Parts: sequence; structure tokens; C-alpha cells
Amino acid sequence: MASPLEQFEIVDLSKPLFMIGKVPITFTNSAAFMFAAVGVASIFLIAAGSRKQLVPGRLQGLAEMLYDMVAGMIRDNVGDAGKKYFPFLFSLFIFILFGNMLGMIPYTFTFTSHIAVTFAMAFAIFIVITLIGIFKHGLHFFSLFFPHGAPLATAPILIPIEVISYLSRPVSLSVRLFANMTVGHVLLKVLAGFVVALGIVGGWVPLLVLVGITALEFLVAFLQAYIFTILCCIYLNDALHLH
Amino acid sequence: MDPAAAKFIGAGLAAIGMIGAGIGVGNIWGSYITALSRNPASKAEIGANIWIGFAVTEAIALFALIVALIALFG
Repeated sequence: MASPLEQFEIVDLSKPLFMIGKVPITFTNSAAFMFAAVGVASIFLIAAGSRKQLVPGRLQGLAEMLYDMVAGMIRDNVGDAGKKYFPFLFSLFIFILFGNMLGMIPYTFTFTSHIAVTFAMAFAIFIVITLIGIFKHGLHFFSLFFPHGAPLATAPILIPIEVISYLSRPVSLSVRLFANMTVGHVLLKVLAGFVVALGIVGGWVPLLVLVGITALEFLVAFLQAYIFTILCCIYLNDALHLH
Repeated sequence: MDPAAAKFIGAGLAAIGMIGAGIGVGNIWGSYITALSRNPASKAEIGANIWIGFAVTEAIALFALIVALIALFG
């Protein structure tokens, strides 16, 4: 039987398009599924918004729920100053959500299960949020690293801790999404292996578990997109309002 | 020791890290239920935050699992 990690293999779908240094850049299945996520999300949102009704139907209702959720998230965590970042955070949420959900279809590829993808997103967001904070507050931004009201004598301990915790944000943000998606898919594959190994007599027990775990994975796919976005909101709030 | 055996022992040791995540997640949901039974009206306010706490804690278990997977397949 194939290894449970085989599903994460990256396959070249084209000849090298161009070279960066000595690294050939090809169109991979990962890139194909990113385009697919953007395409499906665009079709869904355009279809949902094409026939606007005062009392929304199913499709429009779903799109409005997603919109309301992200808008509420920004309102609660960032406040009015976060309104202009709504388009970006909504796109981010929809991109990760559709990436995770497309990955739940059998035989598809989950691009969020690669640390390269999630770390690139998390690191770019981290850099931009830090720059927003520095442009808004200037050097005062660095007071973020010293909690307000703490005794000055604790500074030699607190500042390194705060700096390390700040710098580890992109790592924890990206590893959380990547690990959840990878582990979920490995778990499904391993359980599916039990079903085949136990055959028609004993295979029903792991099959029942597998159905439950699949439902859980749909929850996790949604939850991780939500968590990624809400943590971005919280980091943005730190940068905009300091402590 | 046989390197192949050490690999499996290492993967098993890495999985010990999940004890902490288990305690943490149990603590989160236990506190959630306590909070709800004390003040059922607060469900809407706590509801969103609990998922953040859950996901952040659950990630610790996944870090342990990643280390175990690296030990096994890496």
C-alpha cells in the first residue's frame, strides 16, 4: 500500500517555465489547486452576488454569512481602524477556506498542507503588519515589547521574552495550519488503510470511525481558516493600537 | 542499539508531548462548561474565544506529532 505521505507529493504539470537562479519554476499541482481555489471561490461569490434579493436565498445567505463573520471578527478584534483591511482579510479567509475544503475531496491536493505555502503567507502578513505598526507609531511601536505598567526592573527579562514571542508568530501561525491539514489527511489515509486491511468482516468499525473523522476534518478545515484569519486580526490590532 | 528500533522509540517518545495538549484541551472545555453553567447568557461571548483557545492548544499536540512523523519518515 502507498505511504500515507504520498498524497502530499508535488508533481510538475508543465515544462520549466523560467529559471530563478538555478531553480526551474514549473506549474505544479500545488499551483493548479491554488488557481482552482481562487476560481471556485470567485464563481461562488459572483454567483451569490449576481441576483441580490432582500430576503437572501441559500447561496446568497451563505456568502452573507461568510462576509458577516469576517466583518464581525474585524469589528470585535480591531475596531473601526481595521475596516480598510477587510478586503485583504476576507480574501485571505476565503483562499484558505477553499484550499482546505478542496483538499477534502478525495484524490485532490491540499496546498495548505505544505509549510512552504503557509509560511510564505504567514511571513508576508507578519512583515506587512510590522511595517504598518512602524509607519503608524514610528519608534513608539517598540513599546509593544514592554508591557504597559510593568516594573522597569523586569525589563531585561520581559523584553527578550516579548521579542521572541513576537518573532515566533509567523512560525506558529504557519505551522498550526500546515500541521492540522497534514495530520488530518494522514489520519484519514491510515484509517482508510485499516478498513482495507480488516476486509469485509472487520472493516466496518474503522469505516464508522472514518466517517466521523471525515466530519471532524471538515470542521477543522473551516476552523483553521477561521483561526488563521482571527490571529491575523489580533496581530493587526497589536500593531495598530499597541497594548 | 539498532537504528531502526531507535527510530520507533524516538517517535514514541515524541508522542509524549501530547499529554500536555490533552490536559490543556480538557481544561479548556471543562472551564467552558463551568462558565456556561454559571452564566448561560454568556454563551455568545465565550463561544468565539473558546475556538481560538482550542486551536492554539491543539496545535501543541500537532507539533509533537510532526516531530514523531519526522522521526519516522524523515
